[in-house]
Amino acid sequence: MNRVFFLLLVREARLMFRRPGELVNPLVFFAIVICLFPLAVGPETQLLRTLSPGLVWVAALLAVLLSLDGLFRSDFEDGSLEQWVVSPHPLGVLVLAKVLAHWLFSGLPLVLLSPVLALMLGLPADRIPVLLASLLLGTPILSLLGAVGAALTVGLKRGGILLTLLILPLYIPVLILGSGVLQAALQGLPTAGYLLWMGSMLTLAITLTPLAIAAGIKISVGE
Amino acid sequence: MTDVFLQTRGLTCERDWRVLFSELDLQLRRGQMLQVSGPNGSGKTSLLRLLAGLMQPTEGEILYQGTPLGRQRHELARHSLWIGHAAGIKGLLTPEENLAWLTALQYGASTDAIAQALEAVGLKGFEDVPCHTLSAGQQRRVGLARLHLPQAPALWILDEPFTALDKKAVAQLEGHLAAHCERGGMVIFTTHHELQQRPANFFELELGQQSA
Repeated sequence: MNRVFFLLLVREARLMFRRPGELVNPLVFFAIVICLFPLAVGPETQLLRTLSPGLVWVAALLAVLLSLDGLFRSDFEDGSLEQWVVSPHPLGVLVLAKVLAHWLFSGLPLVLLSPVLALMLGLPADRIPVLLASLLLGTPILSLLGAVGAALTVGLKRGGILLTLLILPLYIPVLILGSGVLQAALQGLPTAGYLLWMGSMLTLAITLTPLAIAAGIKISVGE
Repeated sequence: MTDVFLQTRGLTCERDWRVLFSELDLQLRRGQMLQVSGPNGSGKTSLLRLLAGLMQPTEGEILYQGTPLGRQRHELARHSLWIGHAAGIKGLLTPEENLAWLTALQYGASTDAIAQALEAVGLKGFEDVPCHTLSAGQQRRVGLARLHLPQAPALWILDEPFTALDKKAVAQLEGHLAAHCERGGMVIFTTHHELQQRPANFFELELGQQSA
C-alpha cells in the first residue's frame, strides 16, 4: 500500500513537471494580488502592516481555491479515477496521495513565496516564522477540504462556482485562525494557542477528509 | 455453485428515470465469453460498469462466487480488470509509465513484462513518446497492452475494446480474448462488430429488446 502511495506521488510529480504552467499559475495569482494592494491602498507602512495578515491569508486562500477546480478533472476525463475505484487498494489512501502531491506542488511553493511578499507589505522580519508556521499548518487544510468539494463536483460540467459555494464556508475557520495568529504576533501576544488549534484541525482533516473525498469520487464516478 | 464466477439476480438499472434493463439474470462461469450487444443507449456500458463495481444497481444484486458483491468488492477487484471507454491513459506520460502505474494499482509488473506487453500490441519503439502524440488506435493499444501482462486477472471487462483498432489488431485481439477464455479466463465485452473468432463457450446478451 505504501508503494502505491509513493508511486502515485511520483506519477503526479511527472505530470506536474511536464506541464509547468499549472505549477506557476497559483503562484503568479498569489503574487499579483498582494502586489496590487500597496498600489491600490497607498504605500503607508503602518496601514499595510496592519492589513498584511489578512491580505496574505486571503490571497493564499483564493490561490488554493483557484487551483482546486482541476484537481480531479483530468483524471476523471481520461478514466483514471475509474481505475482507482476498481483497484484493490483503498481509495482513501490514493486520494490522500493525490492531495498531498497537489499541496506539495501548489501549496508549499505558496508558503515559500509568502515571506518575500509579507516583507513587501511591511510585516516585521521577526514575525516571519509565525507566518510560515500558520501557512504550513493552514494550506494543507485548505487543500484537503477543497478536495472534498472537487471530488463531488468533478462530474459536473461547470463545477467551479458550486465548488466555491460548497467550500468557502468550511474555509472560514481556517482563515480566521490563520490571520488571527498573525494579528496576535503583530501585537506581541502569545501565538502558541492558535497554532495548536490549527495543528489539531490539520490532524482532523488528514484523518477524516480522505474518507469524504473517496466517497465523493465514488459518487461522481458512479453517475 | 462455486464454479459460477459472477452472477446477477434480478438486476435492474435505471438512469434519469428511464429503465435501461430490468430483471436481468446472468451467470458467468470460468472459460466463458459474454458479448453484450444492443443499440446505442440500451445500457451496455451501464451493465459493464455495474459488473465492474463502479455503479450501484437500482434493484437486484450481483454475486461474486455466490456471495453478494458488497462484501466481496475487494476480491472482485483483485480478480478483474476493467477497461472503459477512457482507459485511464495519461497523455503526458509515456506508454511505459502509463502501464507501470496502471499495473501498480493492481498487482505490479516488471519492466521487462511491460516492454513485452507493448511489443505484443505493436508499440515497440513507442515506449518513450508521450501518449498524446500517438494516434487514437495506438492509445487504445496502450490500454489493451494490460491484457498481455503475465499476471493479468481472470475476468476482463472491456467496454468497446475494438474501437479505433485496425483490421489486423482487431483479429489479433479477438484471438487473444479467445485464448484467454480457453485458458479458463473470462471476458465480458461490448462491441458492435461481428466477432470472427469465437471460443467454445461464447454467448451473447442482447439488451434493449424488452423495451422495444
